[in-house]
Amino acid sequence: MQSKMKESDPILEVENLSASTDNLPILKGVSLAVYPGEIHAIMGRNGCGKSTLSKIIAGHPSYNITNGDIKFLGENINSLEPEERSQSGIFLGFQYPIEIPGVSNLEFLRVSTNARRKFLNKEELDTFDFEELVKEKLEIVKMDHAFLSRSVNQGFSGGEKKRNEILQMALLEPKIAILDETDSGLDIDALRIVASGIKKISNAQTGIILITHYQRLLDEIKPNYVHVMSDGQIIKTGESDLALELEIGI
Amino acid sequence: MVNENLVQDVVKEPYKYGFVTDIETEKIEKGLNEDIIKLISQKKEEPKFLLDFRLRAFKKWQKMKEPDWAALGYKKIDYQDIIYYSAPKQKEKISSLDEVDPKLLETFDKLGIPLTEQKKLTNVAVDAVFDSVSIATTFREELAEHGVIFCSISEAVKNHADLIEKYLGTVVPASDNYFAALNSAVFSDGSFVYIPKGVTCPMDLSSYFRINSGDSGQFERTLIIAEESSSVSYLEGCTAPMFDTNTLHAAVVELIALDDASIKYSTVQNWYAGDEEGIGGIFNFVTKRGKCLGKRSKISWSQVETGSAITWKYPSCLLLGEESVGEFYSVALTNNLQQADTGTKMIHIGPKTKSTIVSKGISAGNSKNSYRGLVKMGTKATGSRNYSQCDSMLIGDQASANTFPYIKSQQPNSEIEHEASTCRISEDQLFYLQSRGIEFEEAVSMMVSGFCRDVFNQLPMEFAAEADKLLALKLEGSVG
Repeated sequence: MQSKMKESDPILEVENLSASTDNLPILKGVSLAVYPGEIHAIMGRNGCGKSTLSKIIAGHPSYNITNGDIKFLGENINSLEPEERSQSGIFLGFQYPIEIPGVSNLEFLRVSTNARRKFLNKEELDTFDFEELVKEKLEIVKMDHAFLSRSVNQGFSGGEKKRNEILQMALLEPKIAILDETDSGLDIDALRIVASGIKKISNAQTGIILITHYQRLLDEIKPNYVHVMSDGQIIKTGESDLALELEIGI
Repeated sequence: MVNENLVQDVVKEPYKYGFVTDIETEKIEKGLNEDIIKLISQKKEEPKFLLDFRLRAFKKWQKMKEPDWAALGYKKIDYQDIIYYSAPKQKEKISSLDEVDPKLLETFDKLGIPLTEQKKLTNVAVDAVFDSVSIATTFREELAEHGVIFCSISEAVKNHADLIEKYLGTVVPASDNYFAALNSAVFSDGSFVYIPKGVTCPMDLSSYFRINSGDSGQFERTLIIAEESSSVSYLEGCTAPMFDTNTLHAAVVELIALDDASIKYSTVQNWYAGDEEGIGGIFNFVTKRGKCLGKRSKISWSQVETGSAITWKYPSCLLLGEESVGEFYSVALTNNLQQADTGTKMIHIGPKTKSTIVSKGISAGNSKNSYRGLVKMGTKATGSRNYSQCDSMLIGDQASANTFPYIKSQQPNSEIEHEASTCRISEDQLFYLQSRGIEFEEAVSMMVSGFCRDVFNQLPMEFAAEADKLLALKLEGSVG
């Protein structure tokens, strides 16, 4: 369980976090710690605060932290800009990936990847080298090269958008990935592709938080912990079988 | 919203061309009357037909009323308080660039338009216009080998009077509108281009207009003639110093394309726009029109309008020749208290004529950005087609965007399509890009450039890069 001694320090620690938007409290004291190699699932009904928690960790400007801390690799990141969080290795997979008309997916991915590489003191990639890298990563999500020349997420099907998210995760190689309902709207084949992609990208040094309503993703990726949220709080934490109980309950 | 304010900060960009060149100038007295026009004509040693042209235009102008239909608000212009001729003092005759005042060369150097032999831009011939006169034109000999004439319009009046007499005012008649009439009466300088039959102009031609004095207007006149089966790509750039008064700029551009000829005319307009309170800036009232006279001729306008306090400009095409093609690609960015009323007119006269309009308006600050366009299918324009797309992007909640499309069809056997959209850079889009490690300013600039992509793709390569940079500059808040 969470309380037992861990060998290393946590990647992400959320401590007693409360947050509001337009003076409306959404989170009411959430605590969570993710250690290297761990997969956490957060479940709960719509409106319980799951998505809000993920957006606040990624730095969405619409929410105000009213109490508590978010620590990443031991540092408080409450006041960091979203881009700084991303560059340092926090990844948010969007429930509804945003369309950006006119901006080519390839260029977007390259600029994004280079921002992360710059932070890691790695050489930035030119168009040619990036093509090589992205080709390799496309394999992971079984995406066609043609996706790259389209505008970011524009006209993508639901499944294509989600795969594009996992492609970004593969390119950015985050320390922690928070995947907000990445499974929703996917047919079973797409779900398997996405799930196997997530597994390929994660390793013993990374952490993953899966936000989901459904057991079927957790059949593919077995979490170490399952948290149940309700009304802005984590009301229950258990091991993977908790999810089964819940799904029957929901 | 938090981010909206940030976007506002980002679009504030200091104007980097605002310097004044301290140079002795010859100016005539303020005001406008027949004597002034005679004086201008005399200074330019013009033939009688041109003086008559000017005087006829002046008579018409006196009877006309300043138009007030545009969605623009500005203080009445006092036409008697303007100097209509201002020229840097130079030696009588200049035979080579070496004799041009170094201060002028330095000015154009600073603007990124080097003129001297050692430094001049490769592959682009430049005509540099400073206030009322053309300073220099590069690559003239090379162009002459191909029979291409590229010179100032004043020189063309002297050396190619037959062409001027034949074509001047045939596309934009002096009586066309108030500002065209004013220009016809007092125009000072501008560029003249003649591409002979069958010639593809070996390099891009470019005019660079610089307003230097604060109290004189600039009234340039450009005439481009493309003979049968010839083609040319022409670029135009403009800047002006920062003054707290408004300077009037009323230009006329006429293009003529004969059978199978094509003219591509691109503009990057960056006149001084005034300060954040709307003090100063250029009043830009421009009449640009092309006549596709020949069969299968093509005229393509692309413009990136970022400057001027007021922009009133509708580059248009008269499609007379069978199967002729007109195009208009425009990006207009307004910020602070800038106002732009811009668009095009596509007049389909001949059969099987085609036109495309792509207009992208970006309004930030308290600015006002209107698209105004007319598509007209005449009775003989059978089998003709038009496609228009007008998109507006709003930044912040104080800016406004309008679209005024006018469609008139007298030909049932023709097609007109019009699409319009308005969008806002949303907080969600910005957050998405930022959450992928992309800095806020770069995210805004990426989205604006993405929004303008269709138009930038139409610009000549060097220009596209410059336009992208210019918008990025306006948006990044960094000093260049």
